[in-house]
Amino acid sequence: MTALTRIDTRFEKLKAEGRAALVTFVTAGDPDFDTAMEIVNGLPGAGADIIELGMPFTDPMADGPAIQAASLRALNVGHNMHKTLDMVRAFRKNDDETPIVLMGYYNPVFIYGNDKFLADAKEAGVDGLIIVDLPPEEDSELCIPAMKAGLNFIRLATPTTDDKRLPKVLTNTSGFLYYVSVLGVTGTKAPVASTVGDAVKRIKRHTKDMGDIPVCVGFGVRTSEQAHDIAKNADGVVAGSVLVDAITDNLDENGKPGPNTATAVHNVVKQLAAGIKAAAQKN
Amino acid sequence: MSNDTPSNGKPNSGTPNSLRNGPDDTGRFGTFGGMFVAETLMPLIKDLTAEYERAKVDPAYLEMMDDFLKHYVGRPSPLYYAERLTKHLGGAKIYFKRDELNHTGAHKINNVLGQILLALRMGKKRIIAETGAGQHGVATATVCARFGLKCIVFMGAVDVERQKPNVFRMKLLGAEIVPVTSGTSTLKDAMNEALRDWVSNVDDTFYCIGTAAGPHPYPEMVRDFQCVIGREAKEQMLEREGRLPDSLIAAIGGGSNAIGLFHPFLDDPSVEMFGVEAAGRGLDTAEHAASMTGGAPGVLHGNRTYLLMDEDGQINDAHSISAGLDYPGVGPEHAWLKDNGRVNYISATDDEALEAFQLCCKLEGIIPALEPSHALAQVMKLAPTFDKDHLMIMNMCGRGDKDIFTVADHLGVTI
Repeated sequence: MTALTRIDTRFEKLKAEGRAALVTFVTAGDPDFDTAMEIVNGLPGAGADIIELGMPFTDPMADGPAIQAASLRALNVGHNMHKTLDMVRAFRKNDDETPIVLMGYYNPVFIYGNDKFLADAKEAGVDGLIIVDLPPEEDSELCIPAMKAGLNFIRLATPTTDDKRLPKVLTNTSGFLYYVSVLGVTGTKAPVASTVGDAVKRIKRHTKDMGDIPVCVGFGVRTSEQAHDIAKNADGVVAGSVLVDAITDNLDENGKPGPNTATAVHNVVKQLAAGIKAAAQKN
Repeated sequence: MSNDTPSNGKPNSGTPNSLRNGPDDTGRFGTFGGMFVAETLMPLIKDLTAEYERAKVDPAYLEMMDDFLKHYVGRPSPLYYAERLTKHLGGAKIYFKRDELNHTGAHKINNVLGQILLALRMGKKRIIAETGAGQHGVATATVCARFGLKCIVFMGAVDVERQKPNVFRMKLLGAEIVPVTSGTSTLKDAMNEALRDWVSNVDDTFYCIGTAAGPHPYPEMVRDFQCVIGREAKEQMLEREGRLPDSLIAAIGGGSNAIGLFHPFLDDPSVEMFGVEAAGRGLDTAEHAASMTGGAPGVLHGNRTYLLMDEDGQINDAHSISAGLDYPGVGPEHAWLKDNGRVNYISATDDEALEAFQLCCKLEGIIPALEPSHALAQVMKLAPTFDKDHLMIMNMCGRGDKDIFTVADHLGVTI
């Protein structure tokens, strides 16, 4: 339907390599613009295959305390949607291959103006969107216009998304499907590899009739071992809170970043990437 | 019960030009409302919608509701002629719809009862609720105690501190209070936290929302439960005066007491309606809670509605002397009624509400809650502009016992 995005190209490449993707989430502007830029610029080198960039929002209802705090840190130093798009533009100057997905909540997009947002995001070099509070029932708001604008609209599926509902969730989903492996908010519970495997198999039964869209699994992935176990069953592993925690743990008492803040994040990414690579070699 | 509306059913369905047909199948009132929630909650919200559709036409459910409204809540609440206030203001004949006389002291229990009876039908044993001033929390804790259900109330840490009597009441009633410290530690954060709890406990938990807002079907469902106020008022006014009132006036936070009074009258074009938002320290300051008169349409907590926010779509804090009006949004049906002009939305400041509060105490021997004191403040302005045969109903939606510490503080009195 839409032309291939960097996301589609990246999954094709990884499929040829026989390895799952590492999808990393950090919040744009956290803890400040320059540090966030340093973090994001270093993600591909540390092993990230796809970058999810959080659009900060005051009231992130599906996120745990770590990611809400990251949003508020960014907003408190004057971050906004224009600056998020500026980050993407700056990243694209040196990297035209790593896919970028903007993730967040609908209100900041709606207030920016849907059409203007889609045009500006595409121009900046964004490849896909995850808008947590836009379920398929609200597809006419942004999902369908995004597809027309050439952006992937990546949907979440959860353990409550049963076989009856999955086709509805998969319709109009493109890029990849993000399977939320636990019931709860980001960063609070750990996924169980065995149930994740079963869930991915269940989803794959539906996706094989729908273009075999890649399935990435996230929420609560913190360690190299967890990434390894999930990578055996899924097309990608999403990690977010563990990176945000690495930022939080490397701020001084005034909440300011230091020389090691970005490095700390990159080190976590390297470990997760190693877990995923090990899973590929065993397959 | 009034003649044109089933007890809790969808009113006047099939009348094409009715203003009472909303929401549509997508949960919309015009462009407002909807189901803007995370995927985890969608199946739950669909289940709830289906169960509510069944319940509202089930005679057994409606009968149980009526029985509890009568014998437990104490309905119908009186329609009281405020004679001395009427004389003092020298204009419209003012009636109070006295929902402050309900069990637990406010209109909140009308809604809670409906939702808890629904939770029982669905076999849910764990009830969660958000609360600001604590009135909805107290009502939820009360009905949960009555039915032996576990009750968890999320309350902003700031509100826990300033509403200590209600916190203690809820504890006496067996509820667990969770102080919320995320975000700005107020009502909107309590709602975020309740939603987070719900996605984490999907199997056994029922989310009892306190106002006619949130994702579909809550705005419709809460409105239907609160419409008992307007149905009674209509019947009582016809009995007392032999005709419909000329105007209705009610305070608006999320807007459940107001929509409950207004909705049964929406198709009576002779009835003028006024919704009064909290203007806090003034609409020209950043410290108010008037999302319709001082905000713009956006999307928060599952629905599109008027919100207080900045130019980046970040939600601003609301301010009001009344913790019950201290929310940066409003129910989507009000947003729609504002845009189509059926209801006039106006506001009253903290100071105006305090003045009205004191006047009502002295003239009528009724201590009103700070929420309806905002409506009273506008009664003081509007009533003198109407003729003496103008019939006005103000929704006295809560009593002021909970507010005496706040009022004393503002008057510089130490209790």
